Amino acid sequence: MTEFITQYPLVTALLALVSLGAVFGAILGFASERFRTEGNPIVEQINEILPQTQCGQCGHPGCRPYAEAIANGEAINKCPPGGEAGIQALADLLDLEVIPLDEEHGEQSVKKVAFIREAECIGCTKCLQACPVDAILGAAKQKHTVIDSECTGCDLCEEPCPVDCIDMIPAEQEGLQTWHWQLPNPVSLEVDIIATDAPREEAA
Amino acid sequence: MRKVFDFHGGIHPPENKYQSVRTPIADAGIPPQLIIPLSQHIGAPAVPVVAAGDTVLKGQLIAEPKGFVSVPLHAPTSGTIVAIEERQIAHPSGYQAPCIVIASDFNDEWIPHSGTRDYRNLDKAQLIERIRAAGIAGMGGAGFPTAAKLSVREGVKIDTLVINGTECEPYITADDILMRERATQIVAGTLILQQLIEPSATLIGVEDNKPEGLAALRSAAEGTAVEIVEFPTKYPSGGEKQLIEILTGKQVPSGGLPADVGVICQNVATAVAVYDAVVLGRPLISRITTVTGEAVAQPQNFEVLLGTPMSYLLALAGYQPQKNRRLIMGGPMMGFTLPSPDVPIVKTTNCLLAPTEIELPTPTPAQACIRCGMCAQACPASLLPQQMFWFAQGKEFEKLENHNLFDCIECGACSWVCPSNIPLVQYYRASKAEILQLRRDNEKSEQARIRFEARQERLAAADAEKEAKRAARKKAAEERALQAAADGGEEDPIQAAIERAKAKKAAQVAGAADENELEKLEKAVVTTRKRLETASGKLEQAKTEGSDLVAALQTGVDKTRAKLNAAENALHDYQLANSDAPMENAAPTDAAQAAIERAMAARSAEAALSPSEKARAQLEKLQVRLEKSRAKLAESRDSGAEEKIIEALESTVERLSEKIAAAEQELQATEGA
Repeated sequence: MTEFITQYPLVTALLALVSLGAVFGAILGFASERFRTEGNPIVEQINEILPQTQCGQCGHPGCRPYAEAIANGEAINKCPPGGEAGIQALADLLDLEVIPLDEEHGEQSVKKVAFIREAECIGCTKCLQACPVDAILGAAKQKHTVIDSECTGCDLCEEPCPVDCIDMIPAEQEGLQTWHWQLPNPVSLEVDIIATDAPREEAA
Repeated sequence: MRKVFDFHGGIHPPENKYQSVRTPIADAGIPPQLIIPLSQHIGAPAVPVVAAGDTVLKGQLIAEPKGFVSVPLHAPTSGTIVAIEERQIAHPSGYQAPCIVIASDFNDEWIPHSGTRDYRNLDKAQLIERIRAAGIAGMGGAGFPTAAKLSVREGVKIDTLVINGTECEPYITADDILMRERATQIVAGTLILQQLIEPSATLIGVEDNKPEGLAALRSAAEGTAVEIVEFPTKYPSGGEKQLIEILTGKQVPSGGLPADVGVICQNVATAVAVYDAVVLGRPLISRITTVTGEAVAQPQNFEVLLGTPMSYLLALAGYQPQKNRRLIMGGPMMGFTLPSPDVPIVKTTNCLLAPTEIELPTPTPAQACIRCGMCAQACPASLLPQQMFWFAQGKEFEKLENHNLFDCIECGACSWVCPSNIPLVQYYRASKAEILQLRRDNEKSEQARIRFEARQERLAAADAEKEAKRAARKKAAEERALQAAADGGEEDPIQAAIERAKAKKAAQVAGAADENELEKLEKAVVTTRKRLETASGKLEQAKTEGSDLVAALQTGVDKTRAKLNAAENALHDYQLANSDAPMENAAPTDAAQAAIERAMAARSAEAALSPSEKARAQLEKLQVRLEKSRAKLAESRDSGAEEKIIEALESTVERLSEKIAAAEQELQATEGA
């Protein structure tokens, strides 16, 4: 054995490298089969950032399809409910430039929930079929009502209603339950501590 | 002497406690009106059990707890419920909250109540129930329901009970004066808590700036298993986690509870409330509140009924509003500015501070952070306030959480030492609120995602089911066809019969190729007539309602009528044209027509009959039908028809017999009438 190695160093080296390559290749091949990832993991991450209103304002039937589209290179600024914060988070995740919200797909507004004026409801179940999260309760010829804790405020039930008895109302009223401390105003912007800090026009 | 430990950071602000302890506790008396907010504690608001107009006695239950983390409310004095409505409460937002308003009758008449002097016979559940029923919530400032705090989870061993008599915040002396004057009650209450928790050590921790209180407690605790521990004064040693570290040397883990290190902490005032509840049977209806600051003439402590308007209490202490720029509930470090002096005293109001402008000046404008690091040295929770300040400004919430923002006790030590006067605590409070909001939003979006996916799955499953059924039907049809093809050679009687029938039909159709045309015309007439009916119905309605659509509807009706006429004419013409066509063709239509006419005639004849005659006719008809069905059933049984057919016939017979029975009854009823 030692003799063979000393006599044919080139052949030995070749053999050694080839066998190493074969062994590692086999390990890698096995690992790629064994630990294969199901689906595209980036889609999951994008989907987690999206607000899950399932409103379709982006032009896709739900948040997951839009997440898939983003993973395939679509613009990240088509989600009005996610707003600027959502775009920021997506840009961070995907290492993209932050771009302003595409106004074509709607404007960012306060969170809303659907409200059915039950006196006017005719029990047609059209809104039930439109609701992407099954947040409307009702049956044919029965008054429908919105489970407001489940409503995402996507607005999709408003359009199919034949008697126009659905309103979108702000989700949270200003009140004791929703009040919280606000960030203080930015440091020393309000008061000029030193006279010369005043804007030049005034000083002059 | 027990070894005491030290905690990181802390500050020594001017204490200003001597002003309010020069006189003993004064009774604030009964104000004409009491306003009792339904939520004076952490957790779900209480639910009123009284209505406006009810008379209540002192100590009577007026609102009951809702859920585990909640406490009941009791009437602080006797009187009448004036209203249950929204009133402004002591909250930094200045918002209103539901309150029970009581007009006092000044009799101060107690509801019958009794305590248990010998509380040692009570078991733990009974003790906790009494504490809960008395409406006790932590009186140190946070207001967590005491019964909930004392209900230790199964398997958690509490080895130390800590009673907090530290009162580290400047100006406040409510606990100090309580220790001086009511040390025996404090110790008695502590012993009750001790019996409940069974710790191996019971400690009352007091700062060394309260020598009188310490002396009183020591003499009261003589001969008991309660140990009084004195330790150096430093702010904020009264914080629960800080006090635990001082007394036991143990640090409560980040995000954990004192129970995680085997400690339960209660305030001295809570101990007195427990004593009152268990031994005297008195619910929590009053508390001791310090009224102090240079804008009051006689700073002192009051025993005040809960719900007393602060303005009433301030007047007692000689409040001079012109000297006072802002009124603070709590101390100068952790308190907040009150929206109005008319808000009521609640279970957590330990101090009313009315400082002058010189005493507590308006904070000078914040300047830039110079990164001096003094805030980090002062932080009692060993956090990095300066780092968190930057993250809070940049709204980097993830980093804030990584820097343990939620361990911040909002003591204000960092803001106090800050040479740039940055209101650091306000940044942390705002960030905490925003993070909690984000968490709630995330939870909600997760919920929405789950619901959306569940719905997608459901729809997909329904589609798949339909598809499967369709496929099954198709397959069955194909199989039948194959079978038929395979059996084609042999003489299958059924197949032959079907084919014969088909052939017959085909012949008929061939004979009446334009029967379809007739059907079409008839259909047109029927649908047009229907449309006309609905249209005229609408027109009628519009007319009665006086709608302005009448004209439009009228033209619609006219048009439909014209269409109907046209269709009828077309049908008539067609029928005329085909009347002399082959008779076999016309016969079936005529037969059907004849049957319809017969039925109609029978119906009109029926309408003319009297009720009893009608019923009899009905009965007879049914009997005939029953006979027929029976005959059919017997026939199919004899011929050995399929079981299904026999079953169906049997059920028909049964149904008919039932109907006959009903008809007979009806007949009897009509004849009887």
